[in-house]
Amino acid sequence: MTETGIGASVRRKEDKRFLTGLGNYIDDINVDGQTYAYFARSPHARAKINGIDKETALSMPGVVAVLTGPDWVADGLGLLVCGWMIHSKDGSEMNQPVRTPLATQSVQFVGEPVAAVIAETLEQARDAAEALAIDYEPLPSVTDLRTAVGPDAPQIHECAPGNLCYEWEIGDKAATDAAFEAADRVVSIDLVNNRLVPNPMEPRAALARFDPATDEITLHTTSQAPHVVRLVMAAFLNIAPEHKLRVISPDVGGGFGVKIATYPEEAVCTWACRKIGRPIKWTADRSQAFLGDSHGRDHVSHAELALDKDSIFLGMRVKTLANLGGYISAFGSAVPTYMYATLLAGQYRTPAIYAEVDGVFTNTSPVDAYRGAGRPEASYLIERLVEVAAREIGIDPAELRRKNFISPDAFPHETAVGVSYDSGNYEGSLSMVLDMADRAGFEKRREEAKGRGKLRGFGISAYIEACGVAPSKIAGALGAGVGLYESAEIRFNATGSVTVFTGCHSHGQGLETTYAQIVSDLLGVPLENIDVVFGDTGRVQMGMGTYGSRSLAVGGSALVKAADKIIDKCRKIAAHVLEAAEEDLEYEGGKFTVAGTDRGITVPELAFAAYVPHNYPLEELEPGLDEMAYYDPINYTFPAGTHVCEVEVDPDTGEVEIANFVAVDDFGRVINPMIVAGQVHGGIVQGLGQAMLEECRYDAESGQLVSGSFMDYAMPRADDAPSFEVALQETLCPHNPLGVKGCGEAGAIAAPAAIINAITDAIGVRHLDMPATPEKVWAAIRGAGAQGTQAAE
Amino acid sequence: MPTVSMTVNGKAVSAEVENRTLLVYFLRESLGLTGTHIGCDTSQCGACVVHVNGSAVKACTMLAVQAEGADVATIEGLATNGDLHPMQEAFRENHGLQCGFCTPGMVMAAVDMANRHDELDEKTVRAELSGNFCRCTGYHNIVLSILAGAKAMKGA
Repeated sequence: MTETGIGASVRRKEDKRFLTGLGNYIDDINVDGQTYAYFARSPHARAKINGIDKETALSMPGVVAVLTGPDWVADGLGLLVCGWMIHSKDGSEMNQPVRTPLATQSVQFVGEPVAAVIAETLEQARDAAEALAIDYEPLPSVTDLRTAVGPDAPQIHECAPGNLCYEWEIGDKAATDAAFEAADRVVSIDLVNNRLVPNPMEPRAALARFDPATDEITLHTTSQAPHVVRLVMAAFLNIAPEHKLRVISPDVGGGFGVKIATYPEEAVCTWACRKIGRPIKWTADRSQAFLGDSHGRDHVSHAELALDKDSIFLGMRVKTLANLGGYISAFGSAVPTYMYATLLAGQYRTPAIYAEVDGVFTNTSPVDAYRGAGRPEASYLIERLVEVAAREIGIDPAELRRKNFISPDAFPHETAVGVSYDSGNYEGSLSMVLDMADRAGFEKRREEAKGRGKLRGFGISAYIEACGVAPSKIAGALGAGVGLYESAEIRFNATGSVTVFTGCHSHGQGLETTYAQIVSDLLGVPLENIDVVFGDTGRVQMGMGTYGSRSLAVGGSALVKAADKIIDKCRKIAAHVLEAAEEDLEYEGGKFTVAGTDRGITVPELAFAAYVPHNYPLEELEPGLDEMAYYDPINYTFPAGTHVCEVEVDPDTGEVEIANFVAVDDFGRVINPMIVAGQVHGGIVQGLGQAMLEECRYDAESGQLVSGSFMDYAMPRADDAPSFEVALQETLCPHNPLGVKGCGEAGAIAAPAAIINAITDAIGVRHLDMPATPEKVWAAIRGAGAQGTQAAE
Repeated sequence: MPTVSMTVNGKAVSAEVENRTLLVYFLRESLGLTGTHIGCDTSQCGACVVHVNGSAVKACTMLAVQAEGADVATIEGLATNGDLHPMQEAFRENHGLQCGFCTPGMVMAAVDMANRHDELDEKTVRAELSGNFCRCTGYHNIVLSILAGAKAMKGA
């Protein structure tokens, strides 16, 4: 390992601009003649729209245009479609309500965009939007998941009887039923995976411009996947053909899944900028982010575990209601199905699993991927169930897990829910983390705390996830509408510097540094001579973007493939220049040498030779040194690990202090340990937020979003979190060239169960739903309100 | 429309603003200093922290006209002659930023924190950061950055 290559904690190249206020976020960008868009949004959870009178708004100062859903339809534009088809148990396709970016006949959630007002200033646009006369006819609404599937719930969409989008299943029902028949013990749990608002610190924004000279639209947008936005706008929204649409995601202040889908606001701005012939800028304020961003999680589940007399898992049954919101978001259908239930084996050998997931419509914001996207929901459920089982049986929770782990020599392991885990050492992670957390000394610490009137608890969370989305054929067979390969181009300049073009996108992940490390390591180019470019469809080849922890597993693999092509070409040039046979050349760290001699040539020198091809095999080889590769993953990757949490609860106030939190993760090969640790820290605190603080809440009666700002939605602050101890294990991924698995989502997946397991251990209750606020903990200690025994329908 | 005059990063500036214009919009739109960010609408997130007359202030919670005659420092003015301020350097060295959006406000709050305390410890830093949200880092490295930056500012 070199100081700047793979495995080094190189300080980030991108930091300079962020630290000096020179970041290029979309709201920072202004263009001549720009107008401002403000969206009038539904104040009702569900309503008919009987008409919109534009007259007053149009007459207000500075107003350039007022655009509505009917205007969109009249211009022949398309629908916001879901990118993943799910089939129900009976084979029928999921029920898909039609959605245009601006509502036409009805609205389905508070905050749904209904009209766009475009004016010379933001204030003028906002004033006119408030004056827009929209004739709403409010209808009965339903926001709660369980109520929505009940007999008295209003029918939100005609196409979805019982408010069901789909009734999906996975696994072998008969085998699972048989396992439960044969069981010596069955443990069951009812739990909620609470709805979250992801809230990256930068709100969504868009800036759209039309150039009449070239008929080209340039859209700046806060997207994790600009090429996908371009594809959707061309193929489904019919705004412009792909070759006339340039989508640029410059610096983006956090994504976490919120910024994957193509949103109404950016679609409208892209359409409208050509219609009105002026650039249009839109930036969400935080209230609009709460209303308009896709939300996360929101499951209600009933789960059962069947065990034999030796506490070995025989089978597992899960029934989950998943809230999809008022419409299906771009990937919202897949998150609670293929990204959730396929992980229900966890780290265990459980031979029979059967899961049913009902996707439910409610009058709430659409729900889509949020850091972990389905895997936090799966992991939380399994690890709560296992913990409850251990306590019911009276066996050490670590021991129960050990008895049921897939052993390190049993890979590849095909689970009962259809995925094949490639490699792992779950026993190793568990032992390591328990040692680091001094679990052996816990009971003593518990006693000592008791003496101070405090309650201590210890919680384990053994997680696994599927990352590196995804093999295109598998994804396609499961219903995905897109391929999930990635691309990379490595372009040398004549003077030896390199520009790397990647179809991934960095919005915090540090790809400008880690990708440069890889190229530096493989091709021997100094780090400062490597530039990484992403996020601009005008400069970068097709790519699928960044989410699902794929930038290294898939994006990095494309990079290695491109580097291999560079090395292959260089070998040929080197053979010519050094007058040696290719087989006689050795290659290491950017240099070719003739075996057994000290004659050699470096890659940058070969680049010069390629661009000034005087001493060059022109008969066999084209000039230039610029290679591109596309990589379609062979399988998902399966990072896994164990996180543990020790809490101390004040029984008088219900306040929970995290006394210790230790994480051991196996991400395969790690390119930059410092960046990886940062990803784990960030994920853990998002998990902590879910477990202890955050709850997106709608009023049951009115359907209003009650938690609509940072006043009411408890974001984790620095003093809500401890410092962490994180460590890595490394079992290489066997099927990609770097052996990497991905790390971005692990913390958010593992942390909730670790924390809830610790709190329930501390206060001696069977279960407590998230968020475990002081009020809830206090009440639970006093036995108020039975937890975990309500049946989910 | 009133005209407001102040010093920003050592330079005298003057511009017409509406009475209701917030300081953060004045900095971003009138002066083109887009390093100070807007992350919320309830004064909680801290992405807009600047220094006014030597103290940390949330620029979203102050009117531009209230800064008449004041000495304002933003993130753009922290580095000198291309050299990073010790606090900026500490954030870089300790990986105290990921997406960078909270970073200007975080760094300005950190400098102010270091100015007000002879010595900082983890507990104090975490408490003092209650007005600055970060969604990316989980705060772990921000705390390390601030402790290191404060030490460096004192010439340690």
